[in-house]
Amino acid sequence: MKKLAADTGALIRKEWVLEWRNRYALNGILLYATATVYTCYLSFRSVEPVVWNAVFWIILLFSAINAVAKSFLVESRGRQLYFYTLAHPQAIMLAKIIYNVLLMLLIAAVSLIFYVIVFDNPVADMPMYLLAVLLGCLSFASTLTMVSGIASRAGNNFSLMAILSFPVVIPLLILLIKLSKNAMDGLDRSVSADEIVLLLAINVIVIVLALLLFPYLWRD
Amino acid sequence: MKGIWWKTTGVVFVFYSLIGGLLFKVPELPILNESIRNIHFHVTMWFAMIALFSYGFYSSIRYLATGAEKWDIASVESNNTGIFFGVLGLVTGMIWAKFTWGEPWPSDPKLNSSAIAMLVYLAYLVLRGSIDEDQKRGRISAVYNIFAYPIMIALLFVLPRMTDSLHPGNGGNPGFSSYDLDSRLRVVFYPAVLGWILIGVWIMQIRVRIKKIANTR
Repeated sequence: MKKLAADTGALIRKEWVLEWRNRYALNGILLYATATVYTCYLSFRSVEPVVWNAVFWIILLFSAINAVAKSFLVESRGRQLYFYTLAHPQAIMLAKIIYNVLLMLLIAAVSLIFYVIVFDNPVADMPMYLLAVLLGCLSFASTLTMVSGIASRAGNNFSLMAILSFPVVIPLLILLIKLSKNAMDGLDRSVSADEIVLLLAINVIVIVLALLLFPYLWRD
Repeated sequence: MKGIWWKTTGVVFVFYSLIGGLLFKVPELPILNESIRNIHFHVTMWFAMIALFSYGFYSSIRYLATGAEKWDIASVESNNTGIFFGVLGLVTGMIWAKFTWGEPWPSDPKLNSSAIAMLVYLAYLVLRGSIDEDQKRGRISAVYNIFAYPIMIALLFVLPRMTDSLHPGNGGNPGFSSYDLDSRLRVVFYPAVLGWILIGVWIMQIRVRIKKIANTR
């Protein structure tokens, strides 16, 4: 258990060091998010609150797929094998998920700030909306990391990643849009309790499954 | 014929539900009218689908645990048969919706969820198609199947219950039991469910055998 935690910590640090040395990937994904926000601004100019919310989540979803897809796709077979000799596969999966959650939080923060600046801000209950974004980052990162692991084993292609991830992410997206719309309309917080509990439950199931299944995935 | 008892039971129950479902007296209800008979043909498809997907899920777990090829074949064929029943469920539902709600595909959470659930399993087939090596294909598709099954369950049984829906049993609507006060539907419905599940299992078994023969050639 202690070794798992230590390995996970080291692997997260490794992910970050790699990302930082290779800054173009990080900058690229942040630029992707902001460029998408700006494109939406130029196409819509001003939007209804319902559309505002939906467009934000779609931007976040596409940025997430781009950002998280590469977590397994970019690593060469040889390097992956080397990691598996060093650490338990569960530590690798856990590290990837945690790192992707952090990455998603960064992307979401940048896009949300930029989004609120260019469009106006119709959100009535901001702390609740931020909680929805936080849960969104967690959900996208956990499911997409697992799907990225599966897609990387099956011939490393991006279109497969999209095909596999969309149907899996849509239920989460439905819940997230509902939760964030409640927050946007400033409804009483108790109204959203169901969605929050369900999102957390799905995330727990997804992460547990990812940790249980990943050891079967990587060996060839 | 091996397992003749349950196979005959399946055939008898399905024929009984065809005859009983079309001829027996049904509760007289506004809007639904005689279309309530479709309950024996629409809802049973989903029961058969869930049974087959569940067996596919179980087989995938067994495949990861044992690595025996027969479990891989069992899981892919029960998913294939499950998709077939899912498509039938969508079609019978669309016919029903045309007559009761006025259009075959109103935007409704239950309908959208079931369509997405179908997409999950179609993606599973695409994933299988994209890998050439047998063992690798078996393992990776088993992992995806185990991952997708709980999400399918959430899609079909949890999410539609949380919003407004036209569909019975969802969004605060009463389920079918409220339409069936004197159990006239139940005498046909329960045998029909069992019959279609058995027929589904039979189809799946035959497909598994065909696959096994094809593999040894």
